[in-house]
Amino acid sequence: MTIAPREYDFEAARRRLEAKPKAAGPKLVSLEAAAALIKDGDHVAIGGCLYSRTPLALVWALLRRRPRHLTFSRNLMCYEGEWGMVAGAVDKVVTSWMGIGLPWGLSRIQREFVEAGRVEFEEWSHLGLGLRYRAAAMGVPFLPSLTMLGSGLMGVGGSRMVECPYTGARLHAVPALFPDVAIIHVQRADRLGNCQIDGYPHMDGDIARAASTVLVTAEEIVDEDEIRRHGDRTVIPGFTVDAVAHVPYGSYPHECYGAYDSEPEHFTTYVEAIQQRGAGGVADYLERYVYAPGSHAEYLALFGESRLARAAERGRMLTT
Amino acid sequence: MSVTASELLAVMGARELRDNTTVFTGVGAPMMASVLAQRSHAPGLTMMVEGGVIGPMWKPGELPISTNEMRAAYRAQALPGITDAFLLAQRGFFDVGFIGGAQIDRHGNLNTSAIGGYARPKVRLPGSGGANDIISLCREVMILTVHEKRRFTERVDFVTSPGYLEGGDARRRHGLLFGGVSRLITTLGIFGFDNEDHRMEVLALHPGCTLEQVREHTGFEVLVSPRLTTTKPPTDEELAILRMLDPARQFIG
Repeated sequence: MTIAPREYDFEAARRRLEAKPKAAGPKLVSLEAAAALIKDGDHVAIGGCLYSRTPLALVWALLRRRPRHLTFSRNLMCYEGEWGMVAGAVDKVVTSWMGIGLPWGLSRIQREFVEAGRVEFEEWSHLGLGLRYRAAAMGVPFLPSLTMLGSGLMGVGGSRMVECPYTGARLHAVPALFPDVAIIHVQRADRLGNCQIDGYPHMDGDIARAASTVLVTAEEIVDEDEIRRHGDRTVIPGFTVDAVAHVPYGSYPHECYGAYDSEPEHFTTYVEAIQQRGAGGVADYLERYVYAPGSHAEYLALFGESRLARAAERGRMLTT
Repeated sequence: MSVTASELLAVMGARELRDNTTVFTGVGAPMMASVLAQRSHAPGLTMMVEGGVIGPMWKPGELPISTNEMRAAYRAQALPGITDAFLLAQRGFFDVGFIGGAQIDRHGNLNTSAIGGYARPKVRLPGSGGANDIISLCREVMILTVHEKRRFTERVDFVTSPGYLEGGDARRRHGLLFGGVSRLITTLGIFGFDNEDHRMEVLALHPGCTLEQVREHTGFEVLVSPRLTTTKPPTDEELAILRMLDPARQFIG
């Protein structure tokens, strides 16, 4: 049983939110200043899904601060989870699945760290974790559901059942998950933190409402009038957001819907290094791509302008 | 060119899908089976993909590797988000769900979490993803898998996705009021669970496959249907569609 009462304490979560100012003022900060709002020991909910619209620049800036004792949660955990483990930043991972995708096989890093008990791995079904964030986004301690019932997953986090007061049916009482921080990458935002998302919304609207602190990076910072012209596309209202940073290619080499495609060949190179050198392959990668560059722009320069442009071209082709 | 294992699974899976129904599908063999059905006998089939995609029209040669990337969303009718996609299944909108599995037992329970003890596993596997939700929430579920002895085991080490649990009415007792595994489609044949105890029963063998092979590659006793039949081999038309969709043979092997 690994869920802590703090994760579903809706009263305390509500009080934390009530105590926060909700000023409609500018929240534009640097990527580094946004990442600095994450404290050691925080539960960090990561937006996007697998290699789609991952807030990779925020993970990058966070790991450069050499954080400790974090929990990472995400619907499907991609290699940012491996980075967190090898960097010694993460004590616990909460997810429904971990890997990159079928062609890349099992995560050797997940195997190494979980099999040796070096990192706690709390598994939920995909909907189970989605409902944990949704319950928190709704400000309630649990949501009744028909999923995960009868499976071994009920025992992993310590799920309980609830009897419906109307029908008497026994349902899974999926516990809320109020993260300390949500990190999210979006296509566009204004300086007040109003965020618009194209394509897949993933679970980002929910984690932005569930978390105590919400950090956003945006491909584009647009004029407030531009947001108002298409208010129907605003998925995350500005008052939920604490900091927004302008980071073009903020998910790269993961994809950002309509903006750029992912780089599967880069994933293959990354995995090949792990096959050859285990966690050492990731450590070398972190050294080269995360710790060494002086800025996020320098990180992108490691991939080269023409590669970035080709990814953008594929991104447009795949959404038109 | 001879038929690959993935092509066989895709063809046999496609044939089980009916026109004007809805299918909750994944990438790999389930995706190939769903698109093949749609492009042959079931043009009115609507696909839902786990990343939160309704009714995509995937580009031949640009099939998705993951369920939540741009290729999976190509020309979709709706992108409702992941939680809402699964809630459509909980509401009961999905006739069929397709899943695979690393380990399966006689009652159709699947393990994609851990080999050996769960807390300190011998092999930590990726996890449920949406498999548990699909098997819990769709009206019926079909499992597509390669038939290997190491996968077909007396007891799964961990129930990631519940088939019929201990058998009989166990699903209902645990609160799973709907659904269940209707078909298991393997590289050797087609299996059902439509008996009182919901035990795996071979309904049909693929051409050239024998009961001896099934017994040899299954770690428990399989029931044999008194009406055991043989499936029809994949047709040239079916294979042509699959090979047109996946010219680089990334998914069909």
